Amino acid sequence: MTMSFSYALAHHFLPEAILAVGVLALILLGAWRGARAFALVNELTVGLLTLAIVILMLGGKTEAELFEGAFIDDAFARFMKVLTLVGSLATVLMSVDYLRRAKLAKFEFPVLVLLSTLGMMLLASANNLIALYLGLELMSLALYVVAAFDRDDARASEAGLKYFVLGALSSGMMLYGASLLYGFAGTVSFDGIAKAITGAPPLGATFGLVFVLAGLAFKISAAPFHMWTPDVYEGAPTPVTAFFASATKMAAIAITARIVETAFPSVTSQWRQIVIFLSVASMLLGAFAAIGQNNIKRLMAYSSIGHMGFALVGLAAGSEAGVRGVAIYMAMYLAMTLGVFAAILAMRVDGRCVETIPDLAGLSRTNGVTAFFLAMLMFSLAGIPPLGGFFAKYYVFLAAVDAELYPLAVLGVLASAIAAYYYLRIVKVIYFDEPAPAFDAAPISVRAVLAVSTVFMLGFWLYPAPIVEAASAAAKSLF
Amino acid sequence: MFGFGILSGVIFLPLVGAAFILALRGDDDATLRNARWAALLTTIVVFALSMVVWARFDATSAAFQFVEQKSWLGSGLVYKLGVDGMSIPFVLLTAFLMPISILASWEITVRVKEYMVAFLVLETLMIGVFCALDLVLFYLFFEGGLIPMFLIIGIWGGKRRVYASFKFFLYTLLGSLLMLIAILAMYGQVGTTDITAMLAAHFSPSMQTWLWLAFFASFAVKLPMWPAHTWLPDAHVEAPTAGSVILAAILLKMGGYGFLRFSLPMFPDASVQFAPLVYALSIIAIIYTSLVALVQEDIKKLIAYSSVAHMGFVTMGLFTLTPQGVQGAIFVMISHGLVSAALFLCVGVIYDRMHTREIAAYGGLVERMPLYAFTFMLFTLANVGLPGTSGFVGEFLTLVGAFNANSWVALFATTGVILSAAYALYLYRRVIFGVLDKPNLAGITDLSTREIAVFAPLLALTIYYGLRPGPILDASAASVAHLLQTHTALLDALKVATQGMTGQ
Repeated sequence: MTMSFSYALAHHFLPEAILAVGVLALILLGAWRGARAFALVNELTVGLLTLAIVILMLGGKTEAELFEGAFIDDAFARFMKVLTLVGSLATVLMSVDYLRRAKLAKFEFPVLVLLSTLGMMLLASANNLIALYLGLELMSLALYVVAAFDRDDARASEAGLKYFVLGALSSGMMLYGASLLYGFAGTVSFDGIAKAITGAPPLGATFGLVFVLAGLAFKISAAPFHMWTPDVYEGAPTPVTAFFASATKMAAIAITARIVETAFPSVTSQWRQIVIFLSVASMLLGAFAAIGQNNIKRLMAYSSIGHMGFALVGLAAGSEAGVRGVAIYMAMYLAMTLGVFAAILAMRVDGRCVETIPDLAGLSRTNGVTAFFLAMLMFSLAGIPPLGGFFAKYYVFLAAVDAELYPLAVLGVLASAIAAYYYLRIVKVIYFDEPAPAFDAAPISVRAVLAVSTVFMLGFWLYPAPIVEAASAAAKSLF
Repeated sequence: MFGFGILSGVIFLPLVGAAFILALRGDDDATLRNARWAALLTTIVVFALSMVVWARFDATSAAFQFVEQKSWLGSGLVYKLGVDGMSIPFVLLTAFLMPISILASWEITVRVKEYMVAFLVLETLMIGVFCALDLVLFYLFFEGGLIPMFLIIGIWGGKRRVYASFKFFLYTLLGSLLMLIAILAMYGQVGTTDITAMLAAHFSPSMQTWLWLAFFASFAVKLPMWPAHTWLPDAHVEAPTAGSVILAAILLKMGGYGFLRFSLPMFPDASVQFAPLVYALSIIAIIYTSLVALVQEDIKKLIAYSSVAHMGFVTMGLFTLTPQGVQGAIFVMISHGLVSAALFLCVGVIYDRMHTREIAAYGGLVERMPLYAFTFMLFTLANVGLPGTSGFVGEFLTLVGAFNANSWVALFATTGVILSAAYALYLYRRVIFGVLDKPNLAGITDLSTREIAVFAPLLALTIYYGLRPGPILDASAASVAHLLQTHTALLDALKVATQGMTGQ
């Protein structure tokens, strides 16, 4: 077989190419300038990420397959990539001050984030099993390192190690599933698998599907594959947690949606049960387990598990409307998560980080603006209209009800009513309790991320068309 | 302006006032005074605008008026507003009570700006509920109101405010979420969430059953109906006075309005089918909560239970599916909006002075507060349903409707009227009459000018509508007649069927 590469299609790969070349150049730059390079590398990373976002948003609207069909550039990939990049960008912006204060200001951090982002982008565009695995590992290996970036901190090292061991296990499961699928379909490409596996699939192929989905569920941190999430979220440095909760989830959900919709469109009933199970388990676990949490990062871990459950409700519908719901959900979830983590990064008393919920007590009197923003984000996470979080739930439940998955929808709303309790508890602590010591002034980048995401949530209902239309186009490209 | 109509103005004007108050800087007395006046002026302008709507409203038509429509959220959903005879009384009630609530909150000293902003945002959401002609837009306003109310109870409430605010929020949220699922299912069938299209659509009887139950879950909690009423006494007791006023006078009415706007017209078969269930719950509400009210030690709690009993008349009236019953239910809601608001304000007056709501802490107030005693008496009697007050008209009509539909229901409901007289007069005797022997009551002062200004309009309307109920009844007559066409046909068919069965 001869390799062919059409240069006419090269622009479809431009954002990835920029990041790949950029990251290598930054490593060289860092190696050359040493510790002094941190600020410069950070700025350049921000520049590269912004450039990639701009190219994706302004670039061509056509669809193309590159590298023998291993890489696909379609509206769905572009939508999810923009979300991923926004997550990475916000992470890098928010991390600078934190890393400086924690004496972790090493140029490797932005480089690793960039590398991981590159993996996520490949993941969002993966169109066969090999590209899928390649993207997944590129993303994960960099993530293992950043999780343990604060290497002198026992909790961070533990988090890194846990994440690595469980992540490696999930990769192994995924690889095993992929090999089964290859064995039964005779091809690694998603389109090929879709043609080979129809009607009543052979048992081996079903096994392969289950293993691949289990491996992906690890990355999404959907229950029952969520065990690593609370510990890693709590132990990792806060900007890293923000990165895990935002960008990583975008890529993992993107590839999950793509593989089930493009590789297994004719065996929907097979994977739907798995997705429904993951979804219900995650929603309920997220709702119940978060109630007892006292550490806000741990609480956000359970909250993110629950939210992935809600996103999977849309996927379970197995329809174009469902994927649109997932895409909108992820956009809203990204904004809310980044906003909340910005608020967590702002939780600093006398230069020291605090991260328990009682530390937020009476925030409305010591810092009214941050308090208002955080409270609105909590209402949004709980899905109360007219905030953005409501529309996220609206679109996924709409798809589920359309697909006549009524029990799933009812379980979903029950879970969301239970989850509302712990989000309200934070609002209560902020607004009703007597003030705890005031927080220090947060750096401008953190305040900016918090403000932008809250305003986005508050104002979404005023002009929802751009996101909804982009998500519709994205969903259309998968069918 | 920009293609938006007068209803958008009424809805979003309070937000302008809220934005202005947010922009005020500083915490000195002058700023707080500005915040209060800004809130008051905004609500007065909103009321004036709503009067313009009322003046231009054509009561002879059953159609939606002042309709405005914009595309919104891409496919299916629209930003659509309009009022008809069933919604305009509630819009006016809301706009009328807001300035009064603001005026009643003049003495609030903690976080004044936030307080005023919360109330103004709440006003936007409440008026929005009654004007929305798109189901999702309705839901947005309906549930969005939870946020400001949660904060109002939680920040400015009494001792157990946290418990009360959580209970209020979670109860209502769970009910509403089930309704959301039903809304989505209806969207799936009709292809739009435009309420006018939904009203024209026909759902299969089996689907109606489920949809009706889902909507019932939401409205029964909101109204509230027995046994989902337990959040109400807690929320009422802990909320600040103006919060209780808004809660009792308007938020509860959203449940009744929901039945009127959605359950009855959209699911006629299910409404006929479930009417006995609603009767049963209504009668329990009327009798049981009246008895519970008799033994209350806390004035606000007593009035809260009395609200639940009155809402029992509303649900009973609505599901008699007769013109008298439905119009009576609308009238009870409006009248209760005025009377319960006034009663909570009455409690607020003495609470502001003595900082307790224990009935036992009062007695013999008539000696020191003759004006107050007079006001309180009038509203107590209106609450009981004395002829000549607005309370009488609505209860009478719902009972007439009930007699037409089922005389047993009417029999039991009528005992509720007697019980309401018992608890209301018993409360009045204990608080106002008796000997003034409590030493700390000796220095209590009568109504201030501001308080008289608060009560005067309520008093005037209570008497006016009692003597001349025409304006409200005429406004809703055409819409109600239009609403009941389907039901009358269904009920007739049912009657024929039963006769056929017994004839065999």
